[in-house]
Formats: sequence, C-alpha cells, structure tokens
Amino acid sequence: MMTASPQQDAAFGTEQHVWQVLEGVPDPEVPVLSVVDLGLVRSVEIAGDAAVKLEVTPTYSGCPATSLITAAIELALQDAGYTVETATVLSPPWTSDWMSEEGRRKLKEYGIAPPSPCGTRGAGMTIACPQCGSEDTALVSEFGSTACKALFKCNACLEPFEYFKCI
Amino acid sequence: MTQKANDTKAALLEYVLGVADDSLILGQRVSEWLGHAPAMELDIACSNLALDLIGQAQLYYEYAAKLQGEGKSADDLAFLRDGHHFRNHLLVEQPNGDFGQTIVRHYLFMMFHLKRSELLVGSDDKELAAIAAKTVRELEYHLRFSADWFRRLALGTDEGNRRIQDGLENLWSFTFEMFKDVPAETPLYEAGTVPRPSGIEAGWNAAVADLLQEADISPSARKAAPTKGRIAGHHTEHLGHLLAEMQFLQRAYPGLSW
Repeated sequence: MMTASPQQDAAFGTEQHVWQVLEGVPDPEVPVLSVVDLGLVRSVEIAGDAAVKLEVTPTYSGCPATSLITAAIELALQDAGYTVETATVLSPPWTSDWMSEEGRRKLKEYGIAPPSPCGTRGAGMTIACPQCGSEDTALVSEFGSTACKALFKCNACLEPFEYFKCI
Repeated sequence: MTQKANDTKAALLEYVLGVADDSLILGQRVSEWLGHAPAMELDIACSNLALDLIGQAQLYYEYAAKLQGEGKSADDLAFLRDGHHFRNHLLVEQPNGDFGQTIVRHYLFMMFHLKRSELLVGSDDKELAAIAAKTVRELEYHLRFSADWFRRLALGTDEGNRRIQDGLENLWSFTFEMFKDVPAETPLYEAGTVPRPSGIEAGWNAAVADLLQEADISPSARKAAPTKGRIAGHHTEHLGHLLAEMQFLQRAYPGLSW
C-alpha cells in the first residue's frame, strides 16, 4: 500500500540491513534499549537470498525475557522478509561491558544509571544519579525489579533510582 | 564404547545432574520467601536469587539431558524424577528456618558452589565450562549478598547474632558432604573434567573461618551428618516435601505447558 515490499529495498539481503532491522527490536524489560544496544546478537550470517542465521546470547541465566527476546527478533526479521534461524550461544558469557555507548546514553536519559566497567564490580564503586548527576548516592539493594538492575538512592536530590548492574 | 568409557560417561551425567539439582533445590527453597521475606528489598532479592539459580539449573539440565541421550527435556529431569534420583547435597534441601538460617545456608553453600564453578570454568569439557562461566558472575552476587547479611545480622543485635549462631549449628553437620570425593568420578578428576571436591575444602574452611571471626560467631563443633545425598540419593525427609509441592502440577497434569 504505502511501503514498498521489503525485498525491493536495495539493502535487503545484506548484513547491514539485518542489523538495521535488529536495531528496531526493543528489549522487553528496558524498551528504550534495542537488542543491538544490549549486545545480545552475537553474529549475523547471510545464509541465502533471504535467509539469515543469528547467534543470540542470554543476559542472565534466569532472565525470563530470554525466549521473548528471541521470538521478537525472529518475528521482526520475518516481517522484513527473511527466514530466520537463531542459535543460543553461552560462550563467552554476556557482559554488561558489551552495551553500546549509544545504549548507555539512552539508558541514562531514561533514568537508569548505566553499568560501570566490569573491573569495578563490587566495593567502592561510585554510581552517579541519572536524575541530578550527583555522586552522593547509596546502594539500597543489589537486587532490583529485574535480574539486571540494582536499587540506589540519591542523597542529593533524594530520588530513588535503578542501576544497570555490571556483570 | 568400552566399559570404562561408559562408566566415565555415566559418572559425568550424575555429576552434572548433581550441580543442576543443587541449583534447582536451593532456588526452590529461596523462592519460598516470596511474599514472606522480612523487608520488601529482601523479598525482591530472594526472587532474583531464585531466578538465577533456576535459570542456571535449566542450563545444566539441558546438558544432562543431552549427555543422557534419551530425548528428555530439562523439565522432565526437574519435575518427573523421584527423590532418590536427586543428586543434590543435603545442605540445600534443609528448610529455610528463619531468615538468619536461610542466610547461613546460602553463604555456606555459595562459598563452596562458587569455588566449584570457578574450577569448572577450566574443565576440558567445553560445554560444561561454558555453562559454569555463564554462572560465575551471577554467583559472585549471591556470595556477597549472603556474606553481607551474615555480618549485618550477626553484628547488629544480640537477637541477630543468636539466630545466625543457631542457623550455623543447625546446618554445620551438612557441610561435610560437599567435600567428599566420589570413587566413580576418579577418571573425571584425573582428566580435569570436574574438580575434586576434597580439593575445595581447605579454601572453604579458611574463608568461612574468617567470616565467623569477623562476625563474632563461634565455630560449630558438630560432626558430619550422613553424606550420601549426592552420591546415592539418600536424602533427608525435607526433600520429599519440597518435591511434592514443586512437582505437583506436572504429576497431576502430565505434559502440561504454558
């Protein structure tokens, strides 16, 4: 009707086009981030005219969104005209260090403090408040509303906030 | 396949099932706190801990099912085996008691389980190593959480100290089992496929002794309880009650899925 069929897109069938489609697939728990921002798609392989093979990695072992994410990825690529085969890979294990710079920026704007580099995991880390920027913050709990987030409060603006844990 | 190779494969399957069962049973235990934990943050923390453990159990069960080669799923292994087929350590099936006892159990087990998992990362079995590597960073959070609360309760009030001490007394007898080598696993130790349990004992003892001292808790003089949970499926009565609740749905409605 309004849009041309996907196959008429000049980029169709290229890795670049597949990544472009993937960038439009949001994470169900933090919808401001795409699966690409999170680093969940490990590899893309063009396996034929309109066939794609993907390697997808889970964040946390027990993340309940894992199968939903895989389904969303497959659906988006099917809608774009591809046949898709996804494989789950565990090794090397996903780390929050793989989150893109773009993802970190979007996360902060959304009100969630982005993850520190993994080497700083644990004691002595300073997490800046995503609302007011103050570094005078306190950890409330290392376990939050989803497996990937910890709870903090800001002593300056007194707002509670979530921190995307480094793992 | 030679008899010896078959025996080694069977021992590996039992070992992987043991790690899976430890994760599942402790995850189920921790999940019993949902809606009952002493504070909202702890309730949320318990759901996270349970989720991690059950997710990790699923990865180990999937691998066990593959080793077994009978076309079973992770769910089959979790929900359709009877108590005497479970290979978890007796410690993880012990009841939650109060929150202090739950914290003591989590700490004592995690100090062992994290060390075991770190060694499994170096396994010559690449699939086992990949699963262990996936879990280690999650387990670090479990160990830190339980050690923090151990200190906080023990050093906070006399009541908190008493409860941590009682929890330690109730559970100490079950810690010895974790360091028992299994004769059938000898080829796996020698090949570097799984770590020798007895090799973890000294480091575990030193770490636990440090925390007890720091938290002003006296070491327990209790001796070992029976130690044939992981080796032979001889469990305490608590496992049956846990399984009755956990497995009910699959037993009542076989093949039911979401």
